[in-house]
Amino acid sequence: MTELSGYGSWGRVFKPRQRVARMRDRTAPLPLPEDGGTILPYGAGRSYGDSCLNDGGTVLRARDLDRFIAFDPATATLRCEAGVLLAEIAAFALPRGLFLPVTPGTRFVTVGGAIANDVHGKNHHRAGTFGHHVARFELLRSDGSRLECSAAANAELFRATIGGLGLTGLITWAEIRLMRVAGPWVRQVERRFGSLAEFFTLSEPLEEQHEYVVAWLDCMPREHGTTRGVLFAGDHDPSPAPVQERTARAVPLTPPFSLVNNLSLRAFNEIYFRTHGREGEAKVVPWDTFFYPLDALGGWNRMYGPRGFFQYQCVVPEGDRGRAALEALLARIAASGQGSFLGVLKRFGTHPPAGMLSFPRAGYTLALDFPNRGEATTQLLDALDLIVLEAGGRVYAAKDARMSPRAFRAFYPEWQAFARFVDPRFSSSFWRRVTAGAAEAHA
Amino acid sequence: MNVAIVGATSAIAEAAARLWAARGASLYLAGRREALLAAMADDLRLRGAAKVVTEAFDVSQHEAHHAMLSRAEDTLGEIDCLLVAHGTLPDQAACLANPDLAVREIEVNAVATAALVLRAATRFEARGAGTIAVITSVAGVRGRASNFVYGSAKSLVSTLLEGLRHRMHGRGVAVIDIRPGFVDTPMTAGFPKGPLWATPERVARDIVRAVDRRAGVVYTPWFWRWIMMVIRHIPEPLFVRTKL
Repeated sequence: MTELSGYGSWGRVFKPRQRVARMRDRTAPLPLPEDGGTILPYGAGRSYGDSCLNDGGTVLRARDLDRFIAFDPATATLRCEAGVLLAEIAAFALPRGLFLPVTPGTRFVTVGGAIANDVHGKNHHRAGTFGHHVARFELLRSDGSRLECSAAANAELFRATIGGLGLTGLITWAEIRLMRVAGPWVRQVERRFGSLAEFFTLSEPLEEQHEYVVAWLDCMPREHGTTRGVLFAGDHDPSPAPVQERTARAVPLTPPFSLVNNLSLRAFNEIYFRTHGREGEAKVVPWDTFFYPLDALGGWNRMYGPRGFFQYQCVVPEGDRGRAALEALLARIAASGQGSFLGVLKRFGTHPPAGMLSFPRAGYTLALDFPNRGEATTQLLDALDLIVLEAGGRVYAAKDARMSPRAFRAFYPEWQAFARFVDPRFSSSFWRRVTAGAAEAHA
Repeated sequence: MNVAIVGATSAIAEAAARLWAARGASLYLAGRREALLAAMADDLRLRGAAKVVTEAFDVSQHEAHHAMLSRAEDTLGEIDCLLVAHGTLPDQAACLANPDLAVREIEVNAVATAALVLRAATRFEARGAGTIAVITSVAGVRGRASNFVYGSAKSLVSTLLEGLRHRMHGRGVAVIDIRPGFVDTPMTAGFPKGPLWATPERVARDIVRAVDRRAGVVYTPWFWRWIMMVIRHIPEPLFVRTKL
């Protein structure tokens, strides 16, 4: 064990000091810190805020548990260690006519991380979250017990661990039900919209017709106060051609200041809008282009410069209340002049949540990036929290670096029920922050 | 292709095994940690290996080498490549305080390796085919104050491989000396990491390519060849004043 940097989070706002523990053999005991301190499994580090950090404590390199264990072709069920990347599963599954049942916007996350954040994708309206496709997993607790958890066995711990932010113990392996697909291609259609009202009208019929639906949003203030964007819908397509692997590009170093500013955003959004969504033929694109456009640029988070950035993702309920809240959120962001590179808007389906702290709820989810401009940015995000709270919505913990304890407890009223399942030797910077001052929480 | 790997549970060996598995190779994995070997075997089969056989094996038991190599050939057929990847990274200060510890480290990293490599060489020479690839280290290129117990063990192996390569020239057997620089593995967990550090996957790619090409001496990543050339040529009076 040693003091190390390099185990940060994707937003690059924090500079944690933490020890690193290793574990390559899933049958080995947990490498708990000898000083009695806490530990947190650290996967691929793609959480944006501090939910994957344990400042002052220890992180466990969960990526080293990265072996496939068993595959049953009859049921398309894959058992693997929890440090396997979704990218590795996709590479395993696609040649077999299978794919991830749910995938977030990057494939460079671990299975353990996908469970711990109960991630969602562009098919939430049909497939629910990642946790809905997990048949079972093994949880290794700090008392040395190994518990196989599923909907049938240790069911409460199963529900606590899905979306449980790594706090209930170490997931050593998991069993996932993969999905049969037509092939590695996606037939994509694009539809422009010029207002939120138009988005609401277009979105639902598209969801009925298509497996994947998501919208890109231009959040820069425009003359008439309207919001424009492009809806993308897609379905797996049986095109027979093989998919060429794309050449990966990367941001080689961190620029001394953020390359994302009002000028570059306005230009980017204008170009993006003009090049997408023209009515016409559907086009067939490779799976990675459709699901993971940002994976093509490695280390894109560095573009925000040394101060990093915040991502804000919330969900507000369907109906007039939620729609009014969306309008209010976008108006507040426009008024602040702190635009977002990439605004993403999607309607979640009505699946009952898979985990106690699962983020998705029926309604509209909005995700935006903000360059870190210090207090100006956190004050804006606090103001957005109030709008979300008022509407009865919630903010996504995996993206969060700053929500107040009060906001967290209002967003996640199940948090006290969840806290009973937190392993006493597991903790995170996020958990300590949002439970500060609460006697019920394990620290 | 049939590959036998000794020290198979090392992070570098596992990464190399995955590359060979993806090509459909058959693998014989010998190592000490049985649970990890079993987990690796399941994984490598799903990653495409035609066959995976494991053996709980302690390289310091020299008398077991012959039987292990025979079992590998009995189960897989003729071994095309033997990768020797076992090793420990001794605590230099502890070795200086306790010469018996230094000797034990040299036995594992040099003597056991020499015994295994010579046995395999005799077998491969008899049939005029095969590749012996051994992971040594850039630390073997010059004795340095900070790390010379490990370095001298690796140096012995490098010299042995150099001579063996000389002898095997024209006899159909390739002898490869793989010299990694700093690699981020459990063995080096206690070291602060910097830009010179490589991943086990990177080193494994170089190993597999070296075996394909039947290379001689391979530095991995490549820039270590030039770094070590400079270090090797620093005149002794200057060298002893450096902190390396």
